[in-house]
Amino acid sequence: MAQLILNHLGKDFGTGKPAVSGVSLKIREGGFLALLGPSGCGKTTVLRMIAGFEQPSDGAIMLGEWLLADVDRMVAPEKRNMAMVFQSYALWPHMTVAENVGYPLKVRGVARQPRDAKIREALAAVRLESFADRRPADLSGGQRQRVALARCLVTEPDVVLLDEPLANLDRHLRQEMEETFREFHARSGATMIYVTHDQAEAMALATDVAVMSEGRLLQLAPPQEIYARPEGRLVGGLIGQGAILSMAWPDSVSREADWLLLRDRLAARPAPGELLVDVLVRPQDVVLSDEGLDARVDAAVFEGERHALRLTLSDGQILRAFSRKPVKVGDPVRVVIRSGWKL
Amino acid sequence: MRIHARSGNSQPRWLFPFVLTVLFLLSVLPLGRLAVTGILSLLRGGGDGLVSDPALWQALWNTLTTSFLGMLVAVVIGGAFALLLTLYDVRAKTALGFLFMLPMMIPPQVTALSWVGLTGPSSTLLKAIGMAPPLGSPQPLYSIGGIALLLGVQNAPLVYLALRAGLLALPRDGIEAARLSGASAFQVLKDIILPLALPGFAAGAAMAFVSNVGNFGIPAILGIPASIYTLPTLIYAKFASFGASTFADISLLSGLIALLSLAGLLVEERVLKGRDYRIIGLSGRTALFELKGWRGTVELCLWLVLVLILVLPFAALVASSLAPAYGVPLTLKSASLYAYEEVLLRQSITRTAFQNSMTLSLTTAFGLLLVTVLMGYVVARSSRRVAALVGALADIPYALPGIVLAVACILLFAAPLPLLGVSIYGTIWILLFAYFSSFLAVSLRPIASAFHQLDPSLEEAARLAGAGFGRRMCDILAPLIAPAAGAAVILVFLIACNELTVSALLWSAGTQTLGVAIYNLDDSGSFNLASALSVLVVLLVIAMMGLLELLASRLPKGVVPWRS
Repeated sequence: MAQLILNHLGKDFGTGKPAVSGVSLKIREGGFLALLGPSGCGKTTVLRMIAGFEQPSDGAIMLGEWLLADVDRMVAPEKRNMAMVFQSYALWPHMTVAENVGYPLKVRGVARQPRDAKIREALAAVRLESFADRRPADLSGGQRQRVALARCLVTEPDVVLLDEPLANLDRHLRQEMEETFREFHARSGATMIYVTHDQAEAMALATDVAVMSEGRLLQLAPPQEIYARPEGRLVGGLIGQGAILSMAWPDSVSREADWLLLRDRLAARPAPGELLVDVLVRPQDVVLSDEGLDARVDAAVFEGERHALRLTLSDGQILRAFSRKPVKVGDPVRVVIRSGWKL
Repeated sequence: MRIHARSGNSQPRWLFPFVLTVLFLLSVLPLGRLAVTGILSLLRGGGDGLVSDPALWQALWNTLTTSFLGMLVAVVIGGAFALLLTLYDVRAKTALGFLFMLPMMIPPQVTALSWVGLTGPSSTLLKAIGMAPPLGSPQPLYSIGGIALLLGVQNAPLVYLALRAGLLALPRDGIEAARLSGASAFQVLKDIILPLALPGFAAGAAMAFVSNVGNFGIPAILGIPASIYTLPTLIYAKFASFGASTFADISLLSGLIALLSLAGLLVEERVLKGRDYRIIGLSGRTALFELKGWRGTVELCLWLVLVLILVLPFAALVASSLAPAYGVPLTLKSASLYAYEEVLLRQSITRTAFQNSMTLSLTTAFGLLLVTVLMGYVVARSSRRVAALVGALADIPYALPGIVLAVACILLFAAPLPLLGVSIYGTIWILLFAYFSSFLAVSLRPIASAFHQLDPSLEEAARLAGAGFGRRMCDILAPLIAPAAGAAVILVFLIACNELTVSALLWSAGTQTLGVAIYNLDDSGSFNLASALSVLVVLLVIAMMGLLELLASRLPKGVVPWRS
């Protein structure tokens, strides 16, 4: 096993705009990378290039020293020792669950007995031992997903690719499957790449999150890092909840700001010609208080454990906040912003 | 194909050249040879003798009139069935539809024979019920009108299918909106449905016309005895009286047929262009309009038409086959299975024909399957343009009348094969080649549509599992398209078994097929033997159609030609 390296990867389908361009990243061995972005951002194309279903039109993909693909050459998917969980699960309907799981071993010429043992082991890992002789058509969505996962498990692949594997499942099943994925990652030690448009999923599972938009890689960082210190407006808007305020920012100040600085900045009228920057404020950092900035409640939604508020500041900017007590729409409130992050 | 290599293609390198080679051999080569000979003989003035021959103009006129009148008959019968079975609450629709489709699948020479057995002074059936016209009175079907009528009956299912497809694609909400705005059922039919279904009508009519132009079996059996020649039968006659200018003549004649068919095909292409094949609202089960008090009458009429075009001719065929000899009245006492014993056990010619047809059809059906599975895969996995090219090249030999292809094969194989120095002319191999070329499209269509319906990730998962092309094909793809492959085999077998037009020109002693045997038996006056053989063929057709019907629920839409 080795590090998976994407070097200036690009793909142009000839539609006028490249689907992926200039994506460079290293995925550490045994890492769990989530490729996160809105639909059409090129994340699935990156995944399909790693799998070998598409050839890059720019750049290269390496697994350690091994060149998997560049513009001229390409190792066929069947020779890469990778495995993939597809959004549609891609179980072969004419085979039983055991046959589906054992097929990669059969192709590799593994003898009957060790093969059966491995199939049993893989099915046990996803808790489907008793379903070995069923057909995929007789299984529920979550069970099919687990069969697809067992099929990945069985060959000890170097890289496991997951293409929005939870998109077709209901919310309850998703949580259960997230748990299964985490277990699977711990057990297999394989490098995993997980494509999703759901940031909560990405944060919950991955050791690293790569945010993509319009074919480009915006930021690659561990989940805590990307949540606390997002780069740029797009990432800031995509990861976690929050509001983006616009204000003048002195050059001397670091990117993290506390209440004193924010109060000054928001109170001061920006001088003409002064450059405004985007500042991300998380709702849990906005506290309703007796002092602070004047604001009005625009909307209040009861979410169970708290009320989610949308506030308008006196200068018209929007802010998000949580409140433990019910607040009425239209009420004037005062808020303290404990911290902000310059994007 | 650099573009192929770049898209991370799943096709092995040899596959696309292989498919192109097959297409070149089966489609481009024979038709190109025909075009070259035709053009060369035109340039050398070979056409002069032909143009001054009144027989040509008479045959052209006969072809046009029979084809046009036959088209009208097909439009009336097929149109009425399509409208009534699709839009109205007629009972037993499935049975009616299946039976109505039968004439299309029954070989034309059998249709002609059965109608001859039904009418005229020597009809066994009419004699048995004492209604035969006096001996010496003419057989009414041996005429332009007779040929046109039978062409119409034979090809009415084409109009039915095209119109029905059009009607099923009508937007249901549009019709409901019209009714809500106060239009009566008749007004909706007149103002909304018929205008929208017009392309389907026109396409069906064009298809029927093309099919009529190329039909050989019906004008051969009904026309030749009365010296009424159409272009296909004229080619046959010219070929029978082989002379110095034969090759030039038949290449020009078949070129003429090809042009007529091409015109029809262009009309069809034109009217169907941009048509949306999604089935939006109307399903076969729910009727749009109610016939109310008329239902019984309409149903009676539909069944009467079926009795007239299907049951009576078949009964006549059975009656003729049971008669001890041609012209001898059939009674319960005189009925015998002599003719069946004769064709099945004694006559070496019919037994050879059975053997030949079975061998040829089975070889063609399974041999083509090997080719079309690979070709279908290429069609489904390539860019739209490549897929369209492959589809078109495969379609042309099938879309053109069989007689054109037969002439092309004669021209191609008249000389010994280059390099090998052997001639396959006059052997069974030329028939096999012609069948392969002609039925390539029949086999390709169901398989290509099955590949199209397959989720590509099923194959991608197999690739990541480590399976190479051959392995994926055997373990994953082949089992998944198996129902469509089964349908392809049955369809090719069914059509090849009944083939007459191609074989009529290409057979020689020892290589006659079933279609040729029936025609020759009738030609030599053994009407009861021809009838017995025809009855067997019809039973075979029904059995095969039944088999397909059983498979139908597991097949992609549009694979079984009489279901839509």
